[in-house]
Parts: sequence; structure tokens; C-alpha cells
Amino acid sequence: MAYSDKVIDHYNNPRNVGAMPKEDPTVGTGLVGAPECGDVMKLQIKVNPDTEVIEDAKFKTFGCGSAIASSSLATEWVKGKTLAEALSIKNTDIVKELSLPPVKIHCSVLAEDAIKAAITDWKKKHDE
Amino acid sequence: MKLPIYMDNHATTPLDPRVLDTMMPFLTDKFGNAASRNHQFGWEAEQAVEQARKEIAALIGADPREIVMTSGATESDNLAVKGVAQMYREKGDHIITCVTEHKAILDSCKHLEKEGYRVTFLPVTDKGFVDLDDLQRAITDKTILITIMTANNEVGVIQDIKAIGKIARERGIIFHTDAVQAAGKVPFNVNDMNVDLASLSAHKMYGPKGVGALYVRRRNPRVLLTPIIDGGGHERGMRSGTLNVPGIVGFGKAAELARKDLATESAEMLRLRERLRHTLERELDEVYLNGDLEKRLPGNLNMSFAYVEGESLLMGINDVAVSSGSACTSASLEPSYVLKALGVGEDLAHTSIRFGIGRFNTEEEVDYVANRVIEVVRRLRDLSPLYEMAKEGIDLKSVHWAAE
Repeated sequence: MAYSDKVIDHYNNPRNVGAMPKEDPTVGTGLVGAPECGDVMKLQIKVNPDTEVIEDAKFKTFGCGSAIASSSLATEWVKGKTLAEALSIKNTDIVKELSLPPVKIHCSVLAEDAIKAAITDWKKKHDE
Repeated sequence: MKLPIYMDNHATTPLDPRVLDTMMPFLTDKFGNAASRNHQFGWEAEQAVEQARKEIAALIGADPREIVMTSGATESDNLAVKGVAQMYREKGDHIITCVTEHKAILDSCKHLEKEGYRVTFLPVTDKGFVDLDDLQRAITDKTILITIMTANNEVGVIQDIKAIGKIARERGIIFHTDAVQAAGKVPFNVNDMNVDLASLSAHKMYGPKGVGALYVRRRNPRVLLTPIIDGGGHERGMRSGTLNVPGIVGFGKAAELARKDLATESAEMLRLRERLRHTLERELDEVYLNGDLEKRLPGNLNMSFAYVEGESLLMGINDVAVSSGSACTSASLEPSYVLKALGVGEDLAHTSIRFGIGRFNTEEEVDYVANRVIEVVRRLRDLSPLYEMAKEGIDLKSVHWAAE
């Protein structure tokens, strides 16, 4: 499998690796995938409650190079966006940006799911 | 030390330069057809083929007349399984094999199932062995063939071929073994081990690709096969087709070298393998050996690096050629069926790496590979949410995963 230069770049220099405290009310955490499937992504966002702007994002991923690149890219993209804007990110945008081959499309789907799960988690905290 | 380093010697091996030297004349001036009976070119080719056949036979303790040349071990496996099934159809319709066999065996057996044969796929233990009691119980009066590989291509586990051969002999059943990974690496003798049919491949023992052999026992018992390729009646009617003279000559030389150096070479493979294993186990936590340690090919190391997906690990050690049991590296997008059969969980199967140490690997290369793996595993674990969760004391099995 030949990887695109962008995938290799994200794999070698992943952006925004790390973790934020899950209990923090300004943090939303999305954990998607399963170890048995070979892919698990954890994506976290720190959101300003007044503006609903994502001020910071962190990720950790267990998965192939394309999965790592997809989640790394997702954190880059959501930073500075409002929740509504972040929700409009589509997996096909990730596929295009990283030139993912068809067998790796599920990595981009997982990254989109991770963004959505993190936003859902944050909203749940704020509805309460 | 030259990069990249090749350490995937179960997939294929580099051609030994001494083998190439032996082959060269037959790729140039000595181009004759071994079946040409009435001129110098043909005689030369035939003589070279017969010399090679002697060497291949000597490697496994056989008679040269028992060696049928093929295009490779996939063909040998097909010929053994389908050839016996068709020839002995009157006698029975039952075949016994095991779940960790190479696809050439499994798919040949599945093909026969569609033609009405019955096949028992024996399970293996968590170390990778066929249980001999299971084998005994599976035998019926309709069993015509038992086919169990000698050494596994993924986990390197070596079956008790002698005991399986003895059971087959006592019950009057033909016994085939795929000896592709074992021949030339560990002692293998068709008479000591009661083997009736054995598949061999040249390119797994530093010979050329595109040539293999099937050992077919001539006496006690005499094994007959229905050919799967019809034509000019070459190879005593069992495999028609013009002989691949340069390939066979190379195979012969490769077999000769493997036989002469077997003891010293396998000791060196084992030393390097253990050096690699000890370094990885010393420097990394949560690494697991897949398959038995003792009854194992000396050059094989198959390990799972928990919480690190195999393909991403391969990507990190991109100047080292090894392979992974991860789904992402397979055409089927399923993790290794061999590891699954050993009861390795899918989570760990995704993290497995197979190292295949060969004749041309050096201690310096082994140390380089070990260091690269250690470095990349550490880096990817820092990136792994699973490693983080495990370190926090979370039982990953108790987590409700969204994708399940």
C-alpha cells in the first residue's frame, strides 16, 4: 500500500496528540471504533460555552497510518470552528484531503464519527 | 549495513548467489529441452535436471525417482490433495486437514467439498498444535488422506509429523505434509517421519521462484496420483509440461546448500531469533509471543505488540521488511486466520508482526530492527488511546465499544 505524502506527514508529525481531562465541563470526548476492528479513535474538544467555538482539540488513535492521519487532520480542522461548523465536516472532505484509497475510506468515516461523538458528549454536559 | 533490511524470509528468500551461478549456463548456452532425447542440448538439460533431482531427494531422504517437479508449492499442494482424492475415490471420500494450513491446502479441500468429498478441518491448541487424539477420532474407514503441514508459515510452529505419520501408516491412510517452510531449515526425512507426499518450494530456501516439487512415495506404500495437468506425460505422467530447467537446476543447488549447512545455519538463525526476542521482551511491556516457543522454526518470531496496530507499526519501520497479521495488511481485510485459530483475540491479532530471519541476516541487522521496533512501538503507544486506558487501569474488555 502506497501512502499519500499527506498521510505520511500526519503519521510522522501527528498534530494535537494528547489528552484533556474528561471531567472538565468545557471538554467533550468522543471514543469510536473497537480494538477487535483494528481502529479506535479518541477525539477531544475544548469548547467556549459562550461562543461555542472549539478552542482546542486533542486526539489519540489506535489504527493504521490512514486512521492516525484522518484523526490528526480532524483535530486540525475543528480547531477555531463553531460546533455547527465542525458538524458540517464530512468524511469525503477527509478522503479528498488525504487522497485515501477506497479500502481506507472507513478511517475517514471513523474520524467524522469521532468529531460528532465529541460534540454530542459536550452538548450532553451542557444540557444538564 | 544496507537499508532496507529484508526480514520476511517466510514470504520468500533472496536467491543465493551460488545458486544463480549454477543456473546461469541454463539461462544462456544450455537452453535445451530436457525431453529432447536425440541431441546434445537435450541430454545436457536432462543430465542437469537429474543431478538436481538427486539433491532435492537427498535433502528429504528420498529416492530421486520420487521427486515430481512442479511450478511451486501451491501446485504441489493442489496435486497432492486433488490427485489423491481422485485416484482413491473408490476407496473413500474423506480427507483430514487442519485449520492453520496454507490456503493452497484449505482451498483445494474446499474445492473437493463442492465435488462431494467430506473434509475434517481439525482445530489447533493455543500453541498451534494438532491434537493427536482429535486426529485419531476424526479418522473413519472412508478416510483416504491426512494432510498436515510440517511448519506453519505464520507462527513457525512445527507439528509432530512423525507421530501423525505413524497414525496414518497404522490406519493405512496416505499422509501428505506441506514441508515448504521446514525443508532445509530443520531436519526433515520422509522415511523417519512416515511421510507419503511432501510439498517443497525452491524460493523458500534461497532458490528461484516458479519451481517446486512434490515428493511421491514409490514403495511401502506406493502412492498413485491422478494428474491435474495433462499433456506430454512428463514426470512419470504425474505432471506434464516442459521442465523449467534453469529453475530446477537452481532448486537442486539450493537444496544441496541447505542440506550441507543445515546444522550450523539453523543454530545461527536460532541465536539471532532469540537475541531479537529477548531485546524486544526486555525493552517493551505487553508483548506476546504467538505460537509455541520450543517446537518452532529457528528463524521465526511472531509477536503481538498490544495497543499498537500492525500496519501503523510497519509504516513506522519502513526501512525494515517484515509482515503483519493485521487486517489492514491482508487482501481479505480480516486479521490472520492462523492467529484466530490459536485463540489469539482479534484485538491482539491486529497488533502482530512476523519476523522471518534468514541466511543473509546479520546480528547488526537484528539489533537495528529491534531498536526500530522498540522506538516505533513506544511512539505509537503514546498515540494509542488503548494504551492510555490500560495504564489508567481500565479493563478494555469491559468497555462498550461504539463499533460493536
